[in-house]
Amino acid sequence: MKQLLILSGKGGTGKTTVAGALIKLSQARAYADCDVDAPNLHLSMTQTADPERNDYYGMPKAQIDAEACIGCGQCKENCRFDAIINNNGYAVDPFSCEGCGVCEALCPVNAVSMKPAVAGEQMLYRTTYSVFSTAQLKMGSGTSGKLVTEVKKRMLSSLLPETELAVIDGSPGIGCPVIASMSGVSMVLIVAEPSVSGISDMERILHTAEIFHTQTCVCVNKADVNLELTERIERYCEEKQIPFVGIIPYDSQAVAAINNGKTIVELDCPSGRAVRKIYAETMRLLQVQAGGIEA
Amino acid sequence: MLSGKGGTGKTLVSVNFAAAAEAAVYLDCDVEEPNGHLFFKPEITSEELVSAKIPLIDYDRCNGCRTCVDFCKFNALAFIKNKPVLFKDICHSCGGCVLFCPQKAISEEEKNVGMIQSGTSGQVRVHTGFLNTGEASGIPIIKELLKKSAGETALPIFIDCPPGNACSVMESIKDADYCVLVAEPTVFGVHNLKMVCDLAETFHKPYGVVLNKCLEDENPAEEFCKEHHATILGRIPFDSKLGSISSNARIAVRENDRYRELFSELLHTIIEEANHEAVAHPQR
Repeated sequence: MKQLLILSGKGGTGKTTVAGALIKLSQARAYADCDVDAPNLHLSMTQTADPERNDYYGMPKAQIDAEACIGCGQCKENCRFDAIINNNGYAVDPFSCEGCGVCEALCPVNAVSMKPAVAGEQMLYRTTYSVFSTAQLKMGSGTSGKLVTEVKKRMLSSLLPETELAVIDGSPGIGCPVIASMSGVSMVLIVAEPSVSGISDMERILHTAEIFHTQTCVCVNKADVNLELTERIERYCEEKQIPFVGIIPYDSQAVAAINNGKTIVELDCPSGRAVRKIYAETMRLLQVQAGGIEA
Repeated sequence: MLSGKGGTGKTLVSVNFAAAAEAAVYLDCDVEEPNGHLFFKPEITSEELVSAKIPLIDYDRCNGCRTCVDFCKFNALAFIKNKPVLFKDICHSCGGCVLFCPQKAISEEEKNVGMIQSGTSGQVRVHTGFLNTGEASGIPIIKELLKKSAGETALPIFIDCPPGNACSVMESIKDADYCVLVAEPTVFGVHNLKMVCDLAETFHKPYGVVLNKCLEDENPAEEFCKEHHATILGRIPFDSKLGSISSNARIAVRENDRYRELFSELLHTIIEEANHEAVAHPQR
């Protein structure tokens, strides 16, 4: 099975729009939303059945038993995350606590204990045809990379027979959730945007993918917003020998499709037509890759 | 400036507000993908590296008791051939292994994770955090960045946040007096707007919403605000000229009177809102 991951560096370039279109076009039997901070793929991929839900536990959080605490302050002094507050007694700020357990180990009177904490929710939509794994991180939780790994694991462990392609929608940025989403994928499709900001972020995500030895290809969304910069992206890819798989024009009908819970290929619109070429080219690259040998 | 969803226009709004305020401080906390500096093109006055602490194991002293390996909640230390081996990319710099090694065989060294670039563009002080590619967490950089504004209390400070609502966003808004949520008119935008509203409320921060890229059609973000009684601070229409100026990383306020007026008025509304909140809820 091949895994195709959609990334962008910069937010809002159209990752989810493209991911939704590719899932429809390929009739992918497995897909996942790894943007656990701000998941949106479920809004385009209408599901008929309720998902299987389960709580996601991140790192445990420290808790101080106020009655046992003798106020020695060692926990606060040694906490690297500024997670211990002292307002007439020591307490833990759960948003800052990363669950390292230093305070628990240091406390001379065992007043600190580590409590399991729900950090999000995982959802798996299963039909006779496909599986869709997604999640929502609880606000302010710190373990998004770990949840991304869980979302992918859930998808991979629920695969239906004869699944040839999994499409994974990633998150913006280059940090832990993005790095976690890259592990094990066959190819990263980068959705770039023709702006100075978009190019800067594209270069950063390409560099990140290179560090983790992940193959990449690039498409440009909203290409006609700045044709000069679209060309610059194309040239950049040529120079770096990164496959350039196509462009999508700015299309107000894309907004309409999304606001109606549809993907752009379910409407006859310019962006929907353009993404078909990108799909064909990306699939070709995936097939050429590794000479058809399963990863 | 917050948004939940990426690409709604946080940087556009932050940069133009700071430019409209004339004398201001702009902090780019979106350290994974910092873009404000591309607009300001500041004259760089200083650059400093930011590092995180990671353990340094003295293998002559280590007796392989594996206390450190057993302690590490992040599995950053593995026990291989009877010795602890550090996987530094997973280390959270908690310092536990150093504290609890019975042989005192572990000290700490600095690992560079990124940098902060400071400079000036007109009367705007621009501080930008850059996370090194391949690094997982930008939190140490954001913490240092926020210290940059500590001495500049007389000026308005505009904090450009990362998208989402995870740890890096929380870190960025901790010291904020007022949150501006930038939303786009899509159901994706609304879904993520709701999350950042919850975040602002959890942190007891007063907030208002700027509706960006407004089209003629119905605006799901606007409907959301009305339903949830969220203050609408103003609207920025979808405008291909503004899009073109911004895609070229130019500052609309500095080159066009119409945009100067638009952003100045919006900024004025926000400052009034923020002052009003400060009077109404001084405990914040």
